[in-house]
Amino acid sequence: MHPAANTPPTPGDVLPDHPDFLWRNPDPKPSYDVVVVGGGGHGLATAYYLAKNHGITNIAVLEKGWLAGGNMARNTTIIRSNYLWDESSGIYEHSLKLWETLEEDLDYPILFSQRGVLNLAHSLQDVRDSKRRVYANQLNGIDAEWLEPDEVAKVCPIVNVSSDVRYPVHGATYQPRAGIAKHDYVAWGFARRANDLGIDLIQDCEVTGIDISDGRVTGVRTTRGRIAAGKVALAAAGHSSVVAAMAGLRLPLQSHPLQALVSELLEPVHPTVVMSNAVHVYVSQAHKGELVMGAGIDSYNGYGQRGAFHIIERQMAAVLELFPVFARAHMLRTWAGIVDVTPDASPIVGLTPVRNLYLNCGWGTGGFKATPGVGWCFAHTVATGEPHPYNAPFTLSRFTTGALIDEHGAAAVAH
Amino acid sequence: MQLIDCPWCGEREEAEFHYGGQAHVAHPEDPHALDDEQWAQYVFFRDNPKGPFAERWTHSAGCRRWFNALRDTVTHEFLAVYRVGDPPPPLIRTAPGAQPRQDPEATS
Repeated sequence: MHPAANTPPTPGDVLPDHPDFLWRNPDPKPSYDVVVVGGGGHGLATAYYLAKNHGITNIAVLEKGWLAGGNMARNTTIIRSNYLWDESSGIYEHSLKLWETLEEDLDYPILFSQRGVLNLAHSLQDVRDSKRRVYANQLNGIDAEWLEPDEVAKVCPIVNVSSDVRYPVHGATYQPRAGIAKHDYVAWGFARRANDLGIDLIQDCEVTGIDISDGRVTGVRTTRGRIAAGKVALAAAGHSSVVAAMAGLRLPLQSHPLQALVSELLEPVHPTVVMSNAVHVYVSQAHKGELVMGAGIDSYNGYGQRGAFHIIERQMAAVLELFPVFARAHMLRTWAGIVDVTPDASPIVGLTPVRNLYLNCGWGTGGFKATPGVGWCFAHTVATGEPHPYNAPFTLSRFTTGALIDEHGAAAVAH
Repeated sequence: MQLIDCPWCGEREEAEFHYGGQAHVAHPEDPHALDDEQWAQYVFFRDNPKGPFAERWTHSAGCRRWFNALRDTVTHEFLAVYRVGDPPPPLIRTAPGAQPRQDPEATS
């Protein structure tokens, strides 16, 4: 509507058109070749690679809330591949390589910034473990270096490397190719391309039951009706135990709140990502300017997407120890996501005892960085019925066979 | 800060306590009789319910004794605390408006 020529314009009287929506909001069809349960990063990436790599497009991604509103909206966006064990470095490095071309692949800006990650060592044992991890990474073709404290200060001048603090910095591992990305944009980028390829992204659709006949999955029951499915791929993160129980599966998972927080917007002060296992904090500065910090998990099981305040208080103490310059920053907000933690701090990606039912869970505190990698490998698993070589070690059966992939502490930061 | 009602000391701040995971998981009477699957269940698999959960806590900065609690994993509300060796309360309250239901632990 245009104002009359003789009246002065008022704010808002000529509005621009609404930008194009990135995806449709279709009603569920009665039947799909593949139903992906969970519309977070992993579910969206899995759907995208099912279409792109395997030509399967008759797919629904079911999300009980809104798209990418769970852990995908709550993580601290850190991307790295400096894990100790061969199995882990395989899948995380695969993921990091996909991150490096993801923006072009999705044709969508994701603000992927390879600003490097420092994992600080604060004790002699930390130093030994860190160097071992550097050498293991190098043997696996992953960029990793050991930095002495003065070199740490060159990479990140605001880290306090003086020796008169409670947990002095004895050095750090450094992975220059590590970094951060804008988590929401990543989800939207995957959702947009999945939508373009014909995949139905169905929000506000909670799975309430899984139908199994003769040991084979046949469909899911949802708050929006029954949906038949040739194959069902679970990617429900913190709620994996709840969803898997609908198929009669008991998983070796414990769901915990994991808290994070951001400061107010600040001028650029923090050029890289810093993680510390000993004082347990990880910090980066988002493009917009807020400092993004993560804590360790709250100790008890919880599904409430909130944690205890004393965890945040401890977190602040750790941050100020490492970064005295943050003393006058204001905390803007805190939140929690629900992370599903396995006994060996490694994920479970693969087949289940139910035919055509596939499982992706147990990423604990580290799932964001794996988003493209696990989407690629889980899509392969679902499409072919066989695990991709990168996720083949991450079976559910490893807890019975004993072939664990123990990344507790070995994963550069405790999970 | 959330208060936890220690059965011996009364209400104390959450930070005085440590978590011990699921309660009522007994060590197998004859471990050698277990096959790999059963042993895996004992070692690695625990319930992970959304709702009431019978679990162990220790008052580590107080009396240093262990006790059990029924806690809702959604609201974090402690529904009951009871001493080790006591059976869990048979009826547990769930979210407001929900029907009380039998605690699955009570029958085992």
